[in-house]
Amino acid sequence: MALGGQIYTIFFKKSSTYFLTLCAGAFFFERFADGFSDSIFNSINKGKQWHDIKHLYGQPPEEEE
Amino acid sequence: MFKLFKSKKVAKNLAIGLASATTASGLGLALALNVDLFASDHGCYPAKYPWFHDGLFNTYDHASIRRGYEVYKQVCSACHSMRYTYFRHLVGVSHTEDEAKAEAAEAMVTDGPNEEGNMYQRPGKLSDPLPSPYPNDEAAKAANGGALPPDLSLIAFARNNGTNYIFSLLTGYHDPPAGVEVKEGLHYNPYFNGGWIAMAKALYDEVIEYTDGTPATESQLAKDVTEYLRWSSEKSHDEKKKLLLKTFLIFPPILALFYVYKRRVFTVMKSRKLMFNPTKSSGSGKH
Repeated sequence: MALGGQIYTIFFKKSSTYFLTLCAGAFFFERFADGFSDSIFNSINKGKQWHDIKHLYGQPPEEEE
Repeated sequence: MFKLFKSKKVAKNLAIGLASATTASGLGLALALNVDLFASDHGCYPAKYPWFHDGLFNTYDHASIRRGYEVYKQVCSACHSMRYTYFRHLVGVSHTEDEAKAEAAEAMVTDGPNEEGNMYQRPGKLSDPLPSPYPNDEAAKAANGGALPPDLSLIAFARNNGTNYIFSLLTGYHDPPAGVEVKEGLHYNPYFNGGWIAMAKALYDEVIEYTDGTPATESQLAKDVTEYLRWSSEKSHDEKKKLLLKTFLIFPPILALFYVYKRRVFTVMKSRKLMFNPTKSSGSGKH
């Protein structure tokens, strides 16, 4: 529990750091969850969506966001 | 009454069983009563076709939408309007912005009034709807023997079993069966309510040429234009399904967290013991 205790004292003990942890956690979790679900969605619909075919019509293919 | 049962547990289980059986049969009945009988339809029931977008997380086939737009533009738009679909809707769906602008500029649009109060003609812009073939419904009826070609913007939702129906209708034209009298100005199609439709067969093999080189067979044309009309009916479809996937990914962890939180809150409630110890000295019942 030494690590857990350290995490607690650094991130959760004070309200100020707790709040910052929440904000940072929400930001990174949102980025991760969005990217993860987008990659699943794009692999299910490979070749069907507009960004899969737009390079045929004069627009260079973009890197995935 | 509960003494009939061996224990409270049996009674409880029985009650739960009865309640769930009642709920299940009730739901079943409600579902059964909710099914349309199609008693008023005299058309053939269309077959179920394997549309890619039928899947829970599947988008439209955008290459097909693009081909479908070509079919609509070169065949359907001779009679049918799509006044709730705008050129801007094509951008990022089936056309690039420049292509959509070029498509829009092909149409002449009445705009105005200008500074002198006159209406004038200008090339179309992205903010214009797809051009209608007739100025109003009466003109459309007069030009089509009294039958109004319906607006196609929302047609996939305006008909039962939309996509399958449209595809079946477009490919379902053939000669009337023996003994059925031919009606003047109408065409036989078993999928149309009543069997006689004012629209003539419009899609034939190679009736148009696709710009992407896909062989333009009749069924290919019908499939692509159906996909295009389905897109036109629900333009937010792809976003919705992406959101559904995200919801499916996010909600289970949140539910698990709530369950843990509930257990935590209830530890106090469940491990608490309340006791009532009446004081032996006061027996009068006064408070």
